[in-house]
Amino acid sequence: MLLYTLRRILIMIPILFLVSIVVFSLAFAMPGDALSGQIDPTQSPEYIEEMREELGLNDPVHIQYGRWVAGIVQWDFGRSVVHRMDVSAIIGERLPNTILLSAMSLIITYILAFFMGRYAGRNPYTKGDYTIQGINYLMLAIPSFVAALFAIFIFSFQFGLFPSTGSVGSGMTPGTFEFWMSKLYHTFLPALVLGALVTASYTQFLRNDIIESAQKDYVRTARAKGTPESEIYNKHILRNSIIPIVTLFGFDIASIIGGAVIIETIFSYRGIGELLISSIERRDSAVVLSVTLMLSVATLVGNLLADLLYGIIDPRIRVE
Amino acid sequence: MSSQKPLLEVQNLHTGFNIEGETHYAVKDVSFTVNPKEVVCIVGESGCGKSVMSLSIMDLLPKHNGKIDKGHILFKGNDLVPLTEEEMNQIRGKDISMIFQEPMTALNPVLTIGYQMDEVLFNHTDTRKEEIRKKSVQLLQQVGISRADQIVNEYPHQLSGGMRQRVMIAMAIACQPQLLIADEPTTALDVTVQAQILELITKIQEEVGMAMLLITHDLGVVAEMADRVVVMYAGQVVEDTDVDRLFYEPKHPYTKALLDSIPRMDDHREVLNTIRGIVPSLKNMPKQGCRFVDRCPSAMPECTKIDPALGEVDKGHSVRCILYDASHPEKKAEV
Repeated sequence: MLLYTLRRILIMIPILFLVSIVVFSLAFAMPGDALSGQIDPTQSPEYIEEMREELGLNDPVHIQYGRWVAGIVQWDFGRSVVHRMDVSAIIGERLPNTILLSAMSLIITYILAFFMGRYAGRNPYTKGDYTIQGINYLMLAIPSFVAALFAIFIFSFQFGLFPSTGSVGSGMTPGTFEFWMSKLYHTFLPALVLGALVTASYTQFLRNDIIESAQKDYVRTARAKGTPESEIYNKHILRNSIIPIVTLFGFDIASIIGGAVIIETIFSYRGIGELLISSIERRDSAVVLSVTLMLSVATLVGNLLADLLYGIIDPRIRVE
Repeated sequence: MSSQKPLLEVQNLHTGFNIEGETHYAVKDVSFTVNPKEVVCIVGESGCGKSVMSLSIMDLLPKHNGKIDKGHILFKGNDLVPLTEEEMNQIRGKDISMIFQEPMTALNPVLTIGYQMDEVLFNHTDTRKEEIRKKSVQLLQQVGISRADQIVNEYPHQLSGGMRQRVMIAMAIACQPQLLIADEPTTALDVTVQAQILELITKIQEEVGMAMLLITHDLGVVAEMADRVVVMYAGQVVEDTDVDRLFYEPKHPYTKALLDSIPRMDDHREVLNTIRGIVPSLKNMPKQGCRFVDRCPSAMPECTKIDPALGEVDKGHSVRCILYDASHPEKKAEV
């Protein structure tokens, strides 16, 4: 298992190399740079050109790429020209918020999908099952930005239950209990929107797998042993039906982050996604590059985690 | 033997499947008995309803469309048919247990052998966990698994087919049941392993002192194991007798044809005898007359008109064929 994990991590290095080339090329292909549109237009073109030369923006692409990679290897992600801070410091400030949002939305997804999928799988082709499927398809069909606006309208404006913007209340001392409660309170609504929308696929997977597993020979064996129905579903069937759900988890890391970009922007939630969008608008290429690369790493790590979890849950593919 | 109270009495069992809104009977009017400690073999070709019959006894039919329509299944005098799921759970695995044809899929792939062994004891006894595990290891040793204390921590895919069937047998006998239903327990195994498993089943059956209902299509197995034999064809019992009379005085044309199709060491036939045709499918079952008529070498015109009844031609020997007056619904009264 350890060897397998190590090998998987080593394989990630060439993949990351390729990803870095793609990411860099895309950022390079973006029209404009940090100096266009940001700088005082009364400055002389010669001065701007001088600045460009100084920042290395006029160097050939491979030299710029080499400089960027050399920096990353030394854990130096460059400086943001907009924030006038090290990129690592900006990301360090934003990342916990996004992790909190993603984790919370994942928990919401899993809780919703677990209960709905289990119910629908145990009672297939009943009114309850059809209702659950109907809700799921509806949520799947609604774009996240529409759902987010509805959620803000209903829960924030109509009922005033949750704040509509920000990631923490103002005037809080970081680290106190109130601070963390305020964070959770601010994160709940965006997490609910993010989590509820992807629940459909999980629920459907779980439901279908439960229905299929219920016909398996080993279920008949368990019944022949006199095992109660609830035990059969909770132990024998669920242990098998959880497997596809875990695989989905790996893919989902990417889509949660993708979703977070949109949701964070709508809720003005100070996370990585919101940072990415605002940095793209301002051509803050050091930040864009670092965030994109980080998201790629997160996807790769997510897949690795899913594979390792897979081995824990399914003994048949446990690697010796 | 007749003075004994039967352990299992199946009476006029009808098990139907709902296909496109219509009920088709896979088991139609089946009656037979199993006495304590007796080995009864149910014989018949694929599709004759023997598996459905055994699943009916255990109430393990596929829930969405399989259903017992009529008849009684008396176990020690109590009818199992009207029992609820919970009440059946008290009996399954404890008084009646079952082993299946496919050991490769009959065990849950993601649970350890130990867990699956413990489960049956956990369901039916109040023993403490550690005690249960000890008992499980003992049971595995009893069925000839030497590394029992390691096997309990392993998963089904780490075992061979024969080993898995041994595990199934160990589970089935865990609570010392009075009746073991074995649905083609050796069909999916290698020939050499088949013999070992049959030997094991016989040994255990004698040790535990249980009765056994062995479902098979292998007449070799029947000759070796059975006390009594019930021959089934197309959902009905066509002959019910003891094992000696089955082989030496078969009455029903179907039984005779079955026996004729066994290859023998001492003959030099180039072509084996077969019964031409196949068992009619549930949807194409003749509505009237004998169900075997299309394939029967002794068929007569009236066979398509008269429904033969299961009649006793000799003491303890029943046949469903109008060649015998006892089976002819009109002549029966005169006998």
